[in-house]
Amino acid sequence: MDDGRNDIELDALYRDTVLDHFRSPRGHKTLDRIDLTRDGYNPVCGDRITMSVKLTDNAVEDVAVNCKGCVISVASASMLAELLPGKSREEALGLADAFKRMMHGDPPPPGLDIGDLDALEGVKNFPVRVKCALLAWMTLIDALEEAEKKGDAPDRSTTTE
Amino acid sequence: MSTTTTVPIRTATPTPPKREVASTREDFPILKRMIHGSPLVYLDSAATTQKPEAVINVLVDYYHQTNANVHRGLYALAAQATDKYEGARAKVAKFIGAGETEEIVFTRNTTESINLVAQSWGTKNLKSGDEILVSEMEHHSNLVPWFMLAKRTGAVVRHIPILDDGTLDLSKWNERFTNRTRLVALTHVSNVLGTINPVPEIAEMVHKHGALLLVDGAQGVPHMPVSVATLGADFVAFSAHKMLGPTGVGVLWGRRELLEAMDPFLGGGDMIRTVSMTAATWNDLPWKFEAGTPNIADVIGFGAAIDYLESIGMTEVRRHEIELTEYALEKMHSVDELEIHGPADPQLRAGVISFNHSDIHPHDLSTYLDRKGVAIRAGHHCAQPLMERLGQTATARASFYVYNNREDIDTLIDALQSAGRFFGRR
Repeated sequence: MDDGRNDIELDALYRDTVLDHFRSPRGHKTLDRIDLTRDGYNPVCGDRITMSVKLTDNAVEDVAVNCKGCVISVASASMLAELLPGKSREEALGLADAFKRMMHGDPPPPGLDIGDLDALEGVKNFPVRVKCALLAWMTLIDALEEAEKKGDAPDRSTTTE
Repeated sequence: MSTTTTVPIRTATPTPPKREVASTREDFPILKRMIHGSPLVYLDSAATTQKPEAVINVLVDYYHQTNANVHRGLYALAAQATDKYEGARAKVAKFIGAGETEEIVFTRNTTESINLVAQSWGTKNLKSGDEILVSEMEHHSNLVPWFMLAKRTGAVVRHIPILDDGTLDLSKWNERFTNRTRLVALTHVSNVLGTINPVPEIAEMVHKHGALLLVDGAQGVPHMPVSVATLGADFVAFSAHKMLGPTGVGVLWGRRELLEAMDPFLGGGDMIRTVSMTAATWNDLPWKFEAGTPNIADVIGFGAAIDYLESIGMTEVRRHEIELTEYALEKMHSVDELEIHGPADPQLRAGVISFNHSDIHPHDLSTYLDRKGVAIRAGHHCAQPLMERLGQTATARASFYVYNNREDIDTLIDALQSAGRFFGRR
């Protein structure tokens, strides 16, 4: 592979949209009410995320994320924070599932609004970085699933390992 | 069946010709590889080193010519395999200045060597309330076995802090010792900071307090002349794969009387003298600690790696690394965005440089550099307590060995600068 091809793949990984989310992450705020909160951690690289969700009638009214990590994990968390408000629990889990599939090479279902997430499509060409992109989404899935069985289990944190 | 024959001290291998460190690069086939279209610049030798043709050939030759199980067969091949295996042990003993070949125990890696001591020495000798001292710069492999031992025995793990310059805070040492301190577990060289700890000085202090000293030699033994007598340690652990040898071979050196008083680590074949239906007695050192068929081929390959290092000379290996480190530090300081961790003086550090870029996360840096053919490590380097001390979740790390040269560092610096432009674009 020549250098030109490498630059094209690097550009496809680090698109302007992705860098923009990294530089000005959305959802970096404090919620007036927190119904769910969960920490996520990638033991391989040390990236950390704290996610808080405000729920109204089984839907995500608002979400706050604070992610310390690389461009990919921070941008993905920022996109999540932008996309999630207003989504029902099922819609949120559907998005998480579609994004997981995307990271493994499957295109999202037609008609599904994935917001800026399409800018992360290039991550699939860098398999070791897929975990970075999924950290926020795995944390979300665990938070929502835990809410289902609320009170059953003590709060555990999510790892992508 | 085990054997009690004495270990051959002399080996048949003639002294190899003297090698110039500048010409070693040619001996490493992997360095001819292209990565993403660029020649490989391998700067991750602290993780594992590349292997010279001489080591690779010994592995192939062994399987072509000599393969048989050791210590049991009564035929020529088995005797030859045993001679080569035990010959490698003698080479290791000589390389680190061990008093006796029997003090060299082969394990899988440094981690297993440390676990062996934690199990076989620790479980027998530590009681509830006894103390183990570790430093803030330890690799997880020199922390977790002690945490596990503490949990089993009720012992307590305490730690020695480091200073901002990445050296141990020796002023804190005396106050950390109590009459319950039994063991100090310390790295010779930090795998993150490159700091070379003053082990002989520390050994004196440890022994004055009646404790034992275990040294994690994984980053020390491969990079400078090391004599266990000069270190003054009681146990030293290191790995073959970090010194041009194959993966899957570790070494535990221990003082004979300590090893003799310890119980076996694993039970099975080769480590016994007699077995009845209900009990067993133990073999002599070092086989007492080598249960089951050992990693014969890779141990023999390790012997070839030691021959190779000795053909350069460890003083020369160290001189080369100081020179490269000095050059790299100077070049890296010229990149404003870099924060470099560890001691500033190249004489006080090994060829390991951890750094952070003010605008680029280590993972993004590593992905970018990889596309330029440059292999560096990014992450917490199995030293999370140290990451916390540095106020980082991860660092980038470049580490050097005999085959690296100034051009490798120039390529690294160019790639770091172009990464700055790439991620800084608006």
